[in-house]
Amino acid sequence: MNDKVIGKLKILADAAKYDVSCSSSGGKRKNENKGLGNAEGMGICHSYTEDGRCVSLLKILLTNFCIYDCAYCVTRKSNDVQRAAFTVQEVVDLTINFYRRNYIEGLFLSSGIFKDADYTMERLVRVAKKLRQEEKFNGYIHLKTIPGASDELIKEAGLYADRLSVNIELPSEQSLQSLAPEKNYAEILLPMDSIKNQLVQAKEESKLFKATPKFAPAGQSTQLIVGATAESDRQILQLSDQLYKGYSLKRVYYSGYVPVSTDSRLSIITEPPIIRENRIYQADWLMRFYGFDVKEILDEANPNLDLDIDPKLGWALRNRHFFPVEINTADYEMILRVPGIGVKSAKKIISARRFAPLHFDHLRQMGVVLKRAKYFITCQTKSLQRQDFDSEQLRRRILFGEGSVRSALLTQQLDLFRQVG
Amino acid sequence: MYFYTYDGSFEGLLTVVFEAYERKAWPTAIEPEQLAQPSMFGETIAVVTDEERAGRVWLGLKKRLSATALDSLYYTYLWEQNGFERLIFDYVRLVFDSPESVEGNYTAPFILQVQQIHKQVHREKHRMEAFVRFQKTVDGLYYASISPDFNVLPLIVRHFEKRYADQRWAIYDSTRRYGAYYDLRHTSFVQLENPALTPKQQGKLSSDQFDEDETRYQMLWQVYFDHVNIPERKNPKLHLRHIPKRYWKYLSEKQPRLQ
Repeated sequence: MNDKVIGKLKILADAAKYDVSCSSSGGKRKNENKGLGNAEGMGICHSYTEDGRCVSLLKILLTNFCIYDCAYCVTRKSNDVQRAAFTVQEVVDLTINFYRRNYIEGLFLSSGIFKDADYTMERLVRVAKKLRQEEKFNGYIHLKTIPGASDELIKEAGLYADRLSVNIELPSEQSLQSLAPEKNYAEILLPMDSIKNQLVQAKEESKLFKATPKFAPAGQSTQLIVGATAESDRQILQLSDQLYKGYSLKRVYYSGYVPVSTDSRLSIITEPPIIRENRIYQADWLMRFYGFDVKEILDEANPNLDLDIDPKLGWALRNRHFFPVEINTADYEMILRVPGIGVKSAKKIISARRFAPLHFDHLRQMGVVLKRAKYFITCQTKSLQRQDFDSEQLRRRILFGEGSVRSALLTQQLDLFRQVG
Repeated sequence: MYFYTYDGSFEGLLTVVFEAYERKAWPTAIEPEQLAQPSMFGETIAVVTDEERAGRVWLGLKKRLSATALDSLYYTYLWEQNGFERLIFDYVRLVFDSPESVEGNYTAPFILQVQQIHKQVHREKHRMEAFVRFQKTVDGLYYASISPDFNVLPLIVRHFEKRYADQRWAIYDSTRRYGAYYDLRHTSFVQLENPALTPKQQGKLSSDQFDEDETRYQMLWQVYFDHVNIPERKNPKLHLRHIPKRYWKYLSEKQPRLQ
């Protein structure tokens, strides 16, 4: 089939895929106009790529022409790649037709910067406006905010989009200066601040007037690239912590750097740091859902996460004085801190122990994973452990002992580290 | 020993509960009438569905259970695996015979099992909402065929009604041989069995029934799927955990590439 759109889609999906955000949740847009689509509640992953990532949105660039030359970016001006640009109508048609066939939850539209920030932003807004107003589309729309775009355009974008995002990409001002000389932190943080203020204002107004237009109901997010520059995990997580607290971001995404460039300004890596990215996500979850403070996860003595074990286990091994936790009496918050016990298991434990004292068998039947937890809990003062282990012994037992099966990916990447070291 | 038979409907099962309480004759087994084997021992009680009696049982449950727990019971009915009738009965009896609420008592085997079934059925429901792929036909109908592990079609209708309010659509369960059809106003359940077709062919569209743009969009979707992948991060194990092979048949992006 000879089709111009197919050619464009190849180029502009390829160029957008390094942006890892694909969430379609948190929207509150109901289908009230008998139109198309509904973006209430839970997100849906309609497919998964072969690298195991969720495909929820049609994630494309409007164009990959760009006036900037950021070293980490596949779309940078000096990179020799094919360039293409969608028309507004082409993006609208793709979105609507994919949505009607239940391929996607909506659109995630970003763009290279052509001409200037406002010119680009205005095009992105036009796509969203057309979808909402002409197509009566109530699916999910995530728009990228172009650094340097005017306040008015950002405000208009928020009227049509469910989520807005400004990517910080590099976790320190210093890295930004060396790798993306045309950008600076102030310019990136400005739209973020403006979005935050709009969100607060819309919320205040909606308390007073029921018909206040919604402003980006699913909030804003950002992305940090991991492994392209020398920042420690601690620097990265401290930045995330500030962003969550200072800018009330819904999500910070972390993208393990995939080498798309041989630019001499970048650190040399041979393959994406997938395990490190995963550990950082786990730590991010600990901050958002498990009541951990960033200082508990990493400190000056431990600036990087342990790649072998998850950060919750790492914390528990450093803080043995909190354990063992008695499952039948401990607070929910403390049960959540037991390695291997997640939110669902903790809630089930709290619910079930109102009826009967719990034994280890109860926990097993409820599906609580005891592989790590058993070293940190007691049930009616009984423990599954007959001996006391020190933290180093425990770490080894959990990692290598008792015939534990380790993920093939982990073994593979750790072997590589060993070869290098 | 009492063997109960019923017509296979949820109301029928609730009527069984009513009769068992009325007779104080607790069931040894409950089976749909067309599957029931005559037994040499014990008494077989054929229950006729009675909406009023079923309604009274449901009302009683409503007073004692949360909406989520009521869902769990209905989900257990749609689960359709061996012994689900007895499990529902045992659960309901525990609810009626306990002076206090038993919800969340995961130390009781029936309660835990019903909760786990709820999770299984809910996961299948969510997968169908995600993996259904509509194909547009010449007359503008968006059509999909499914064969879910559990009978989740009644559970997903609401989701698609809200989402596709402005297009006619139909979803056909080819295993259970019935479908849901939305005509822009409401959804009805329909049988569209064609005895000339084998079970595998049931509910499949042939490409001459496609709208003229259908193949093009399937192809664009395949192109998108291939290009959003990052080969350097390939992780087949994770991929398969998210979409087990038995779901690939629904997914146009998992079919041979269109030219």
